Amino acid sequence: MIDKRVGSLPEAVAGIADGATVLVGGFGNSGIPVELVHALLDEGARDLTLVTNNAGSGETDVAALIREHRVRKIICSYPRTSGSIWFEERYRAGEIELELVPQGTLSERMRAAGAGLGGFFTPAGADSLLAEGKEVRIIDGRRQVFEEPLHGDVALIKARKADRWGNLVYSTAARNFGPTMATAATVTVVQVREFVELGDLDPECIVTPGIFVDRVVRVEGS
Amino acid sequence: MSGPRLSLSDMARRVARDIPSGAYVNLGIGMPTLVGQVVSPDKEIVYHSENGILGMGPAPAPGEGDPELINAGKQPVTLLPGGSYFHHTDSFMMMRGGHIDVTVLGGFQVSAAGDLANWATDEVGHPPAVGGAMDLAVGAKRVLVLMTHTTKVGTPKILPLCTYPLTAAGVVDRIFTELAVIDVTPGGLVVRELVAGLSREELQARTGARLTFADDVVELVPEAG
Repeated sequence: MIDKRVGSLPEAVAGIADGATVLVGGFGNSGIPVELVHALLDEGARDLTLVTNNAGSGETDVAALIREHRVRKIICSYPRTSGSIWFEERYRAGEIELELVPQGTLSERMRAAGAGLGGFFTPAGADSLLAEGKEVRIIDGRRQVFEEPLHGDVALIKARKADRWGNLVYSTAARNFGPTMATAATVTVVQVREFVELGDLDPECIVTPGIFVDRVVRVEGS
Repeated sequence: MSGPRLSLSDMARRVARDIPSGAYVNLGIGMPTLVGQVVSPDKEIVYHSENGILGMGPAPAPGEGDPELINAGKQPVTLLPGGSYFHHTDSFMMMRGGHIDVTVLGGFQVSAAGDLANWATDEVGHPPAVGGAMDLAVGAKRVLVLMTHTTKVGTPKILPLCTYPLTAAGVVDRIFTELAVIDVTPGGLVVRELVAGLSREELQARTGARLTFADDVVELVPEAG
């Protein structure tokens, strides 16, 4: 019997290794898998590369990982959200590497990874500093820059409901990077508010089919 | 800066007049968000937010709303009837793929060729951040820039060439400032509208790039309030 549900947060993040590339869903404070990130903090993996839109805020989740020196590098589009004090401090001290990526490129690089593609050309950023060192071609009459796929060893995301096959539906704008990250990681771990029986999710409305999901853990009230 | 000028709400109202009914619109963070508050209620506009919303509505009443339903500026919003949620890759497909009719963006600098600089300045000590600015600038069908005509110390922001790092080259269609409405054309910058009481020479003096003036320059009259 297929059953991707796990009983605890430590089980959900078990085996994340030092040096792993971890995709973390969320945009601002919407859709962040806070409890999974805290479980990763407890699990202890170090030297991580985080792929996430923002660089954490305050003292929780991504900011806590950065504060505790677990993150070697962050790949993100907007590390200057108000309250990103730990990222700014580590960045100024030269203790964390930043790879800045336009937000659509960040998402599309993960989509390419999930889709088995070798990358893509995009006009976004082609005339900017962010294209430095990358191949630029004229395609359809405009300058476009080559971007490589971005794989994760692990994705940590948040959804609203899951069944035991790992089929997912999300909650409003908390969906954001979740469905794309789920496709792009070797192991996709999801925290949900609610488990439902197989067959209870309307097949017309399942957003992430369970084929992209490996572990699901329930976090009440999340 | 003293002298004739539009207020911020006048500027937002002027931009709003350029947004046609039925348009799919993305408003950038900061000044551009004001535009959504002054668009005529006679128009049906579908607002897009980069984090996966079409049909975005105004802020919820205090104490109500969904904490995860936020706009690109991370402020709480609502969803209107007919609205939808989708993931980031689809959202940026809409932006980059030419499906957004109009975007209104803030700007640090705009060049005579319509180059836009709105993501980084020459300040040091802060990490750079770009968000969705580049995707939106290259992808929207019409790019409107709403910004002050000069910096706080009076340095022109409309220049022959941008000195700040570019967001995108040759993308701006129209510039709205407290002094003028200026089109970016293949022949350079053309002033379409000029605030009442300001001479053409005064406008040019506050502009780094060379301006030409349309045959029928319209007077921009500040409204009350």
